[in-house]
Amino acid sequence: MPNRAYDVIIIGAGVVGSLIARALSRYRLRILLLDKASDVGEGTTKANTAIVHAGYDAKPGSLKAWLNVAGNAMYDQVCAELDVDFDRCGTYVVAVRPEDWETLRYLHQRGVQNGVPGLGLIDAQEMRCREPAITESTVGALVAETGGIVDPFGLCIGAAESAMLNGVELALETEVTGLMREGRRITGVRTNRGDFAGRWVVIAAGLWADDLMHQAGLDGFIITPRKGEYFVLDRVAAETVRNVLFPCPTPISKGILVTRTIHGNVMLGPNANDVCSKEDVSVTADGLNEVLTGALALVPTLNARQIIRTFAGLRATGNTGDFVIECPQDVEGLCVLAGIESPGLTASPAIAEYVVELLREAGLELAERPDYQPIRQAIPRFSALSRREQAELIARDARYGNVICRCETVTEGEIVAACHAPIPARTYDAIKRRTRCGTGRCQGAFDLPLVVQIMARELGLSPLEITKKGGESRFLLRETKQVAP
Amino acid sequence: MAEQRQFICVTCPVGCTIDATVEDGELVQVQGQACKRGIAFVREELTAPRRTLTTTVRVRGGALPLVPVRSSEALPKGFILDIVQDLRGIILNAPVEEHQVVLRDVHGTGVDIITSRAMPSAEPV
Amino acid sequence: MRAMTCDVLVIGSGPAGLAAAYQARQSGAQQVLVIERNGELGGILPQCIHNGFGVRVFQSDLTGPEYAYRWVRQAQEAGVAFLTRTMVLAIEAGPRVVATSGELGMVEITPRALVLAMGCRERPRGALAIPGTRPAGVYTAGTAQRLVNMEGYMPGSRFVILGSGDIGMIMARRLTLEGAQVVAMVEILPYISGLRRNLVQCVRDFDIPLHLCTTVTDVRGQERVEAVEIAQVDARWQRVPGTEQTLECDALLLSVGLIPENELSRMAGVALDPVTGGPMIDERCATSIPGIYAAGNVVHVYDLVDDVTASALRAGRYAAEYALRGAATGGAATRGAPAPQPTVPVMPGANVRHVVPQHLHLPALDGDPSVVEFRVREPIEEPVQARVRAGERVLVDKRLRYARPAEMIRLEIEATTLQQFAGQLAGVNGLQVEVVRRRGEPQP
Repeated sequence: MPNRAYDVIIIGAGVVGSLIARALSRYRLRILLLDKASDVGEGTTKANTAIVHAGYDAKPGSLKAWLNVAGNAMYDQVCAELDVDFDRCGTYVVAVRPEDWETLRYLHQRGVQNGVPGLGLIDAQEMRCREPAITESTVGALVAETGGIVDPFGLCIGAAESAMLNGVELALETEVTGLMREGRRITGVRTNRGDFAGRWVVIAAGLWADDLMHQAGLDGFIITPRKGEYFVLDRVAAETVRNVLFPCPTPISKGILVTRTIHGNVMLGPNANDVCSKEDVSVTADGLNEVLTGALALVPTLNARQIIRTFAGLRATGNTGDFVIECPQDVEGLCVLAGIESPGLTASPAIAEYVVELLREAGLELAERPDYQPIRQAIPRFSALSRREQAELIARDARYGNVICRCETVTEGEIVAACHAPIPARTYDAIKRRTRCGTGRCQGAFDLPLVVQIMARELGLSPLEITKKGGESRFLLRETKQVAP
Repeated sequence: MAEQRQFICVTCPVGCTIDATVEDGELVQVQGQACKRGIAFVREELTAPRRTLTTTVRVRGGALPLVPVRSSEALPKGFILDIVQDLRGIILNAPVEEHQVVLRDVHGTGVDIITSRAMPSAEPV
Repeated sequence: MRAMTCDVLVIGSGPAGLAAAYQARQSGAQQVLVIERNGELGGILPQCIHNGFGVRVFQSDLTGPEYAYRWVRQAQEAGVAFLTRTMVLAIEAGPRVVATSGELGMVEITPRALVLAMGCRERPRGALAIPGTRPAGVYTAGTAQRLVNMEGYMPGSRFVILGSGDIGMIMARRLTLEGAQVVAMVEILPYISGLRRNLVQCVRDFDIPLHLCTTVTDVRGQERVEAVEIAQVDARWQRVPGTEQTLECDALLLSVGLIPENELSRMAGVALDPVTGGPMIDERCATSIPGIYAAGNVVHVYDLVDDVTASALRAGRYAAEYALRGAATGGAATRGAPAPQPTVPVMPGANVRHVVPQHLHLPALDGDPSVVEFRVREPIEEPVQARVRAGERVLVDKRLRYARPAEMIRLEIEATTLQQFAGQLAGVNGLQVEVVRRRGEPQP
C-alpha cells in the first residue's frame, strides 16, 4: 500500500463499517477500511436473522429506537442504489396466549412513540388468513408494515464496493494490534501489516470493539458475545411459511422467529445464550432443540425433514443497554461504535449518517466530491432474470450458460464475476455469499469440485490452495498417489 | 477340533451369510449359501482369500488426470497393498484404451491390472 | 432461444437414462435425445470405479465405468443423441423443457414424451443438524468420491465416516488404498445400512472399527476439522451420557442417505410419493402426467444398478409408445389414445416402508408379470414370507431367508394371477405388500 496516511481509518468492514466508509466517501477524504478477516462482513453481518425491523421494540428515547426507525426508512433507497435484494414485506408479532395482548398493545404504543408508521393490531382470524399455517392458539398479532427482509451480505459487500468505487481503500486480513497516540489524540493504527497514520479512527469492530476501546483508555465498556442459533429450511418450506413471524419478545431477545428469507428459504431462530468466546459460533444440540421447539410453537406444521442447514452468529451485546456511538470526550481523533446488536442491521444506514455528523461536529472537514457515485451494480443473478434476459446474458458471455450450482441455478459466469469483482471473492464462502452457490438443498455436494476448479483457474491458484473461509481451511490436502496405503 | 465360523460371501451383491464348520483347516460343513459360488468362496477364504482390486492410475495428457483400473479377476488378498503401491508410480500416456493392460501377471498371479475405461487425449485449448 | 423437438427426451445419462434412451430407440422412437449436466456421460457411474455392476444384466462383474460405457456404446449405436454440459432449468406444461449450456445457450425442447432419470442427491450435514463448528473437511461420501476418483485430490488424510451406507463403505476402502487413515465408521442404527459384502471387503478387510448405535455428537476445529466427538445412542437415537469419545481426524465423511433429485419432478407437477420423495409411477413407469415417465434412483433409491436398468428399459419402451401414438395422431399424444384404464393401488403393508409402482394396470392374460419393488422398515434376520395380498387373498407368497432395509426386494406377480383376482380387486383397496416372519404374526 503506497499511501500510509489517511484522513479516516475505519476498523471493521461489517455492514456498519462499510456503510460508514460509503457515507464518508462522498467527501474529499482519504479513507482506509480495514478488516482482519479475508472478506468483508465475516463477523455478525453474515450470521443474523436478516430482518429490517420496524422499530417498536427499542426503548423510546434510546439511540436504538431513533436509529432503527431512521435506518428502516432508508432501506428502499440504499438497496436500490447498491443493487441489494430487499423486500418490505411487513412483519408480525404473534400472540399465542390471551395475556400476550397486553404485550402487543404495549409494543404498539411504544412503536407509535418511536415514530414507527404502519403499525396495527389484527385478530386471530385475520392472522390465520394471512398465515394459514400459524398455530391455532394464535389470538392475534401486531402487524408492522415497514418491517422487511434483506440480504445482509449483499448489503455489506454492496456498501464496501460502493465505497471503493468512490475512492475508499480496502485492506483485508489486516488486524489492528494497537492504536497510536500522541497525548490525547489517536493518530493511527498498528496492524499486522504495518502502521497506518489516520487523523481520525472509527472503531466499528463489532465483537472486538471493547478490546479496541480499552486500548484507547476507555475502560468500563464490555461486550458479551450472545449466540443465536438458526435452522435454514429448503425452499419448499416457503409453501408453508409466507411471512416474517415473531413470537412475543422476552427481555433479552426478540425471540425465535419463523421467517421466509429474501432468497426464498425459511429460517428458524435465533435463541439467545451468552458464551465466553468471541470465536464460538458452533451450534449445540440443546440450542438447536430450543430453536426448533420455539419455532414449532408458532408454526406447528413445520417439517423438520426440510432442514438443510444450521448455523450460529454472535451478537455484540454491550453493558449499557443501548448503542454506544460517540466521539469520546477524553480522546481526540476517535469515534467509537460498540454494542451494535439488534437492531444494528436495520439501523446501519442511519448509523453511518450519524457517524458522519458526529465527525463533522468534532472537526472533520467535509468537502463534497462532485463525482460521488451512489450507484453500484452487483453481479448479475442469472436465476432472477427472465428467459430472454438469460439468453441475452449467455449470448454476451457463454459462461453464464454453464450452470454450476444446480439447486440455486448459479452459473460459471457469476462465479467468475465474483472472483474479479472490486472485492474479489477469494474463498468458497465468499463465492457463496455473493452468488448463493452452495446454499441450496444439496449444500454444495454437487458444485464444490467444480467451484474449486473455477476458482483455481480465475485466481491463478492451485486447487490445493482454495479454502472454505481463508487461513487453514483448505478443502484438499494433497493429490492422490502421494502417500502409500 | 471343529470350529464354527461365519462368513459373508462377497462374490455377488446378495452377500449370503454362510455358516461353516471347519476342522483342522478343512471345510466340513457349510450352509446358508444361495449358490455354489458361496461354497467356493468359503473354501478360498479359509485357504487363500481373493479380492478384486479397483483403483486409479495417473494419466499424462488425458482429458482427465486419472483413469480407473481394475484387476481382471479376483487376486490373492495379500498382494493388494503391494499392487496399489506398484500402481502409484505409474503414469500412462494418453490416449489410453479401455481394458488396456497396465500391469501384466502381477506378482505371478496370472491376473492383469487393466483400465476400466478409455481416456482420450485432452482437447487442445 | 433455440427451439428443438424430439420424440423422447431423457433427462440424465446415468444407468437409468441410458437404458431408457436405448430402449426408446429399440421400440421405434425416431429422435431420442439425452441431456446430461456433466461433461461425461454415465451419470454417477464414472466415479463409481468399484465392481459389482452388471451381475444380472451382463452376467459379469463390472466396474461402474465399464457398465456405463457398455450402455453408452449401445445407446450411441442405437442412434441416441446426447447433449452434455447441459442443465435443465425448468419443465413447463406441455411438457416443454428449458435447458442451458455454455455451447448452445438456452434451448427449449418440446418432446412428445419425457423420461425423468435425474438420479438422487446425498443428505447433507445440515439436514442432520450435527452440532459443532463448521470447518472445511466435512464432505458427503459422493463428493469425496468424485474428488478422489475423477480429479485426483484427497479431501483429508484422517477420516471418520458417519453412516454405513454403501458409498461410505466403498469410500472407507478407497481412501485407505489412497494412503489415508479411516479412524472409524459410525452408524446410528444397530445394523449397517449398506450391503453386507461391503462390510467385509471395505471395512473388515482393512480393520476399520465399526461402531453401531453410535453417532457424531460434535464437530471440532475452527478452520479445518480437527476432531469429532462420537457417542452411543439409545433406541430413540438420544445420546447415552458417559459414552462420548473424541476421535482426532481432519475430515468427516457423511454417508447418511440418498434422496431422489426431485427439483424437476416438482416443477413438472407430477404427483410425488411423500415417503420416497420421488414421482409416483405405474408399472409402465408413467407418472401422473401423460407423456412423462420416470425411472431409476429418481423414483426410489436402488441398491443394484441392474434393477435400475430393468425399470428404465420399461420406461423407455412405454415412453416410445406414447411418443409414437402422438406422432401418428399428428399432435397431442392424448388424442386418439385409448381411454385411461383404471389402476389398482399398491400399498405398503406390514413392515413395508414404501412400494413402487404405487399403482398398476391389470395386465392382459398373456402379459408380462407385474414387478413390485419395496424395502422393509425393520430388518428380520430369519426366514420371512414376502406377500402380495388383495385384502384377505394372498396372490404371491415368497419365502426369503431374511429381509433387510438395505436390500430392496422385488416380487413378480403373474398376469394370470392378477386377472384371476380382477373381480375381487375391484372390491378391495388394491394390493398390499407385506413382509412377515414365517412363524406367522406380522410385525408392526
